[in-house]
Amino acid sequence: MATHEPHRPSAGLAGLLAEFASAEAVRAAASSLRNAGWTHWDVHSPFPVHSIESAMGLRRTGLPWLVLAAGLAGVLLAAGMQPWTNGIDYPLIISGKPLLSLPTSVPIMFELAVLLAALAAFGGALVLGGLPRYGHPAFSSLHFRRATTDGFFVFLSAEDPRFDAAAGQALLQSAGAVAVEPLQLDASSGRAPSAVYWALATAAVLALLPPVLVTWYRARPKPNPRIHLIHDMDFQEKYLPQGSSPLFADGRAMRPPVPGTIARGTLEADEHLYAGKVAGQWAARFPVPPTAAMMERGKSRYAIFCATCHGLVGEGGVTGITSARAVKRREPNWVLPLSLHTPAVREQPVGQLFHTITHGARTMPAHGAQIPAEDRWAIVLYVRALQRSQNATLDDVPQAVRPQLRP
Amino acid sequence: MNPMSTLAIASEDNTGNDPCRRAPLVIGPQTDVTVTESVCRVLEQPGTPRAWYAALLISMGLTAVFFGAIVYLITNGIGVLGNNRPVMWAFPIVNFVFWIGIGHAGTLISAILFLFRQQWRTAINRAAEAMTIFAVICALIFPGIHLGRIWLAYWMAPYPNQMALWPNFRSPLMWDVFAVNTYFLVSAMFWYLGMIPDLATLRDRAKARLRQIAYGLLALGWSGSARQWHVYQKAYLLLAALATPLVVSVHSVVSTDFAVAQLPGWHTTIFPPYFVAGAIFSGFAMVVTLMVPARAYFGLKHLVTVRHLDNVNKIMLATSCILAYSYAMELFIAWYSGNSHEQFVHLNRAFGPYAWTYWLMVACNVLLPQLFWLKRCRTTPWMMFLIAGAVNVGMWLERFVIIVVSLSRDYLPANWAMYYPTIVDALILLGSFGLFFTLFLLFCRYLPMVAMWEVKHVLPREEVHHGNP
Repeated sequence: MATHEPHRPSAGLAGLLAEFASAEAVRAAASSLRNAGWTHWDVHSPFPVHSIESAMGLRRTGLPWLVLAAGLAGVLLAAGMQPWTNGIDYPLIISGKPLLSLPTSVPIMFELAVLLAALAAFGGALVLGGLPRYGHPAFSSLHFRRATTDGFFVFLSAEDPRFDAAAGQALLQSAGAVAVEPLQLDASSGRAPSAVYWALATAAVLALLPPVLVTWYRARPKPNPRIHLIHDMDFQEKYLPQGSSPLFADGRAMRPPVPGTIARGTLEADEHLYAGKVAGQWAARFPVPPTAAMMERGKSRYAIFCATCHGLVGEGGVTGITSARAVKRREPNWVLPLSLHTPAVREQPVGQLFHTITHGARTMPAHGAQIPAEDRWAIVLYVRALQRSQNATLDDVPQAVRPQLRP
Repeated sequence: MNPMSTLAIASEDNTGNDPCRRAPLVIGPQTDVTVTESVCRVLEQPGTPRAWYAALLISMGLTAVFFGAIVYLITNGIGVLGNNRPVMWAFPIVNFVFWIGIGHAGTLISAILFLFRQQWRTAINRAAEAMTIFAVICALIFPGIHLGRIWLAYWMAPYPNQMALWPNFRSPLMWDVFAVNTYFLVSAMFWYLGMIPDLATLRDRAKARLRQIAYGLLALGWSGSARQWHVYQKAYLLLAALATPLVVSVHSVVSTDFAVAQLPGWHTTIFPPYFVAGAIFSGFAMVVTLMVPARAYFGLKHLVTVRHLDNVNKIMLATSCILAYSYAMELFIAWYSGNSHEQFVHLNRAFGPYAWTYWLMVACNVLLPQLFWLKRCRTTPWMMFLIAGAVNVGMWLERFVIIVVSLSRDYLPANWAMYYPTIVDALILLGSFGLFFTLFLLFCRYLPMVAMWEVKHVLPREEVHHGNP
């Protein structure tokens, strides 16, 4: 305001408000004001007056270019967002459809173009139209209230460099004004009072508080579980393992079984079958009669569980692949597995071999938990067969095959 | 003040088509003052009319039922609805498509008729746009409450999240999210921008301090300056141009929700134009349903004239014929394709357990609107009100036939099941009308129902004959 003071001959005067009888009259007045060289003035009317822009010499608005730019930005945003999110950042594979497909991107490209262009048109209309605006000097005139109903007005601002109240009045009257009213500056003519800005700024800061608080709460480490507003099915009214319950004296939600309870299939009362013993001594015989099927079963179990260390033939040493690898890597604590063909092993009763498989021996781990008892006996049977194969005599070879033997 | 129109005629009949004389857009000698007076009187008359209170009370009661039923739905889960397997989409989606379709007439009137310089639109575009926005608000609620876990609705927004997941942009349901939200925002901006000069009129006429402040804030300090009008008109034209493709695109995208699926009865290329025509049809029916009572009750018969209603009814007749063609073409293609599943679905619609919905739909959408060939039906308010009511029912049934009847019997007969709505379904549908009418009643009482500046802009004036300045 202060910069305009030198131009203003009558301080306190906001400008001159002239009323005209019709749209036609106000358009003619606009032409004569423009021809007289005045610059700070405007026409106010209840509806857009036809061809007033050319009468006033208004330049075409740049709004269409803004809208075009926003629409293109929408197309580019959608064209980039869809392939990037679904094709690159997190490739979303659905029914073997292509990750980068133009046709499926078109609807959202179109929608975002329209949306951003419309936002630009709406925002541009407000900003380029000087809206929102707190006040206008002409609002102090009661007559001016008809400018939105049926009145046609010209407001000649005192900010015009060549403003002269008398000359302006004469010009407006000669242009056909019905009435000319000088308007004084008052509180409503200019910018909003600073209290309004302070109130808006405070409201904006207060509005930021909830999201900031939520973000802060979510980002900071917490000893307690998070607050769950919606429980989904994560929290159900039931006891989880190791949970506590006030119902029982010991406070445990899980109840221990009654003493002496044996689960199904865990009785294992047969000492021969499950411990390899008969009357406290190592069993010398198998608990079930050996069959060819049992031998095949033992062979396959031996290959899975035993051969990795003892080798496929049972020689121990480095014939098993695990042992070979350990030796190759020079594992310092590796103990070479025993050969199953040493006399000490060969002389063991089958019950003792079964016990060794079940509970392990020295560095050999226990296999009782991994191999069912019947399969352990099958492995013992196969080990016996291996031992016999490596320590056979000529008597063991059938007569018919003997001629094929080479010395 | 302003020269009175010499073209206006005294008679209330402006439905004639005398080629020698342009039919007047308003009845009687109207000036800027009388137009402003008759529109603002609705908002400014002392003592709110009892009937308005009664209507508002009923519709607010229904709105309470609406939100009560939704709270019940959310707290108890989707099981309270009649949805079952295979009818996973039932009333909520039927209602969604119904309401989103209603909106299209408003956008067509405000945008397409503006671009085509159909000046008669000025009397009804404001109310029709309001109808659009309220209908889209009703529509937007339904996919939300249909989700099951509504508190995760924000997962539809493409925002970076700790799950590192993005929405599937190749799904038509995602296109729908963008299309419907864009439609709502653009319609709301178009509506509000068009209302700013009229809000300034209300501000300048207001006597009470509260009204001055409220309308003053809404009018944003509009002073009707030529510079403002210049930018404003350009923006209005651009928004009209941007809203125009939305009239066609929104319901086309909604139709892809169905057409992209493999279900017989859905998987057809005719769906986008068929849906758009149906949407415009139902929207214009709703315009008649709202405007016939409103113009009589609020004394706007001289602005929203019989000629306006006549034009609206002609559009309904035209779109009804397009729908009749679409129904026939669906049947023809089902037969001509030789696809037994398609053939079965259409036979099932016409002669299956839901046959009554199909034939009622045909009666309401195709047969009854043919009465609009008679000028007497197009120009008699109570007749068009009844026909429009029937069309509203028929268009709702059309979506029921497409969605529920197709789903209930699909490829696998072992999956077939009948769908029956529950009381919650019915209350939510009824309640959505309550919300719609509540918003519309509030609009009638607190916002200018007719675009005053646009009517003034097209009022006949002597000076237009003066030629170029």
